[in-house]
Amino acid sequence: MSSTTEAITGGRLMVELLEEAGVEIVFGYPGGAILPFYDELYHSKKIKHILVRHEQGAIHMAEGYARSTGKLGVCIATSGPGATNLITGLTDAKLDSIPILAITGQVSTDAIGTDAFQEADIFGITIPITKYNALIKKADDLSRHFEEAIKIAMGGRPGPVLLDFPKDVQLEKTTVRKASSLKIAPHHYERPKVKGDPQEFAEALNQAKRPLLYVGGGAINSFASAEIKALAEKANAPVTTTLMGLGAFPGTHPLSVGMLGMHGTAYANKAVLECDYILNLGARFDDRVAKYQDFAPNAVRAHVDIDAAEFNKRINVDHILHGDLKDAIREILPFVKGGDRTSWIENIQNLKKNHPLDFDNSGDSIKPQDFLQRVYAKTKGEAIVSTDVGQHQMWAAQYYLFDKPNTWLTSGGLGTMGYGLPAAIGAKFGNPDKTVICVTGDGSIQMCIQELATIAQSQLGVKILLFNNNFLGMVRQWQELFYEERFSESQWTYNPNFVKLADAYGIPAMRIEHKSEIEKGVEFFLKDNGSALIEVMIPAEEKVFPMIPAGKSQQDLIEFKDLGKLKK
Amino acid sequence: MKHTLSILVNNHPGVMSHVSGLFTRRGYNIDSIAVGVTDNADVSSMTIVLNGDDFIVGQVKNQLLKLPDVLRVQDMAYASSVQRELVLISFSITEVNRSEALTICNGFDVKILEMTEDSLLIEFSGNSRQVSNIISVLKPFGIREISRTGQIAIAYRNQNAV
Repeated sequence: MSSTTEAITGGRLMVELLEEAGVEIVFGYPGGAILPFYDELYHSKKIKHILVRHEQGAIHMAEGYARSTGKLGVCIATSGPGATNLITGLTDAKLDSIPILAITGQVSTDAIGTDAFQEADIFGITIPITKYNALIKKADDLSRHFEEAIKIAMGGRPGPVLLDFPKDVQLEKTTVRKASSLKIAPHHYERPKVKGDPQEFAEALNQAKRPLLYVGGGAINSFASAEIKALAEKANAPVTTTLMGLGAFPGTHPLSVGMLGMHGTAYANKAVLECDYILNLGARFDDRVAKYQDFAPNAVRAHVDIDAAEFNKRINVDHILHGDLKDAIREILPFVKGGDRTSWIENIQNLKKNHPLDFDNSGDSIKPQDFLQRVYAKTKGEAIVSTDVGQHQMWAAQYYLFDKPNTWLTSGGLGTMGYGLPAAIGAKFGNPDKTVICVTGDGSIQMCIQELATIAQSQLGVKILLFNNNFLGMVRQWQELFYEERFSESQWTYNPNFVKLADAYGIPAMRIEHKSEIEKGVEFFLKDNGSALIEVMIPAEEKVFPMIPAGKSQQDLIEFKDLGKLKK
Repeated sequence: MKHTLSILVNNHPGVMSHVSGLFTRRGYNIDSIAVGVTDNADVSSMTIVLNGDDFIVGQVKNQLLKLPDVLRVQDMAYASSVQRELVLISFSITEVNRSEALTICNGFDVKILEMTEDSLLIEFSGNSRQVSNIISVLKPFGIREISRTGQIAIAYRNQNAV
């Protein structure tokens, strides 16, 4: 501990610590118990504060900012209801390993535990959904907790941390401050040494005839894209990614087989069945990907992860490397040999040819897949895309090919409807020069629709692509296929006029309903750097294919062409 | 299968919630949990007994080690550690069976803390099996109240000396 000569308040110290760590932007909402901090923030010239309309918006913005920049996302809320409104976002960030610092106001220390006005035990509530949390009881402790929190949020497998900050502690004076070396810059933190034998690890890959790389969100967190590409090319191994891993390996690369899992491509899922070696790079054998122990039944399984608790958690593996993915791949690369994998690559090409992503585009209605392909073409794949959760999310994952990391923002683990719009806002603040598109649905957008005001207030150029089928599309799809078309509470019998709604917020908007309007629609949507909302009316019966029915495994994959069989 | 985990943690408020919450959240049942500060006031020792196969216990260990406040997790093999539990038992006696009760107490190396006309309050420590054993032996007398500490454990220094 070092001391400054001048005593400052806890609130002031928090602002200074944030500034020193390099935080440039915070997303938040003031309230009584956080006012002393906000009063200090008022004087900060380095930190920009974005006033949101709901704290859930604040934390998803911080997530979108973090995911698209690789930096720490910071959000602020007051005590009680302000703090509890962060719960969904904290859980989301925990499941997707997003580095978030949440600062919450708390009632004064002498009132804690008395059921005071706007009091909630946010420390206790968030224990299972944060990587670290602390109640700051004295201003003297703030610096220590702050350092701990940032290191834990950014280091190792990233995740959300929460500092609960009582009002009197914000006002209390302190001279205690650690000499700060904290930075929120990507990959600033020391990585643990890679444990395991890289040579032996590489040998198994060398011996494989039909290797497959299976890349997860850890590849994005570790900034390991270049290494993965080098590994795939050197080993001549096809690459599939999880939903969270999209962009970690170029979707347009000849070795890419796209996404695997429940709504992954047929060729990726078939490649999993046929491969004789599967190398998991920073994924976690999630149950939407690897349903059963017989995942990749013919394969030797290898796993690289920074979190030792992921090894053999759901699926047993044969080879393990524990450590940061980027470092681990660098260590195995020298031992990797090329090998002749011509017949395997040919096999993959055939799978791609015989089992393509497919949909019926023959009628007059607009197909979301078609629209997304056109948006992809028009943006040359350069946009940052966020999504909400549902059919539109899977179509976006399938039909917008991601070539670069940190350009795909989606709620993978928790499946949070309401994530997309605020995540896009956060991403745009972090990447003002890039096109940022939120792909959403009529159900999802209504969960955080109030953040349209945040777009309007900041004159932010966020593009909103709203697929409207007047249904909870994914729920409807399941009800149609597995519940004998009993559409229990999945139809919106009332939806607002989204175009007028956007208009009310000063956001240019347009609705299209027929195929003939597509070009006009794409043009309108992407014409300049300003914000825009396009509402694309799509058929309610349009489904996401391929799909692996819940509880089934890769063998049970249903493709678009199987739909007829399914209906019988 | 029963496992005894000896866990060293930072002696902070909330650490107990973090640890026990981890068990709850993952559906692992804790048989007993005993906590006390060590010779270092900043460090507490927790002994947790749980039922589970090696896979579950391995998972628990890995997840525990992810908590920033957890310093060490040791799976205590029964053969290489000493495991103890303390129990306080108050039970009924009558004029007729008083001497029988006292004989049992002597035989079990029990400490008598209070004796009244119609009751005995005793203290006993031993491994969990012995504790359960004395409870069942005293049961016929009529047990009034029981308080068990839960198991604590420590590894032998010399692992060959068992």
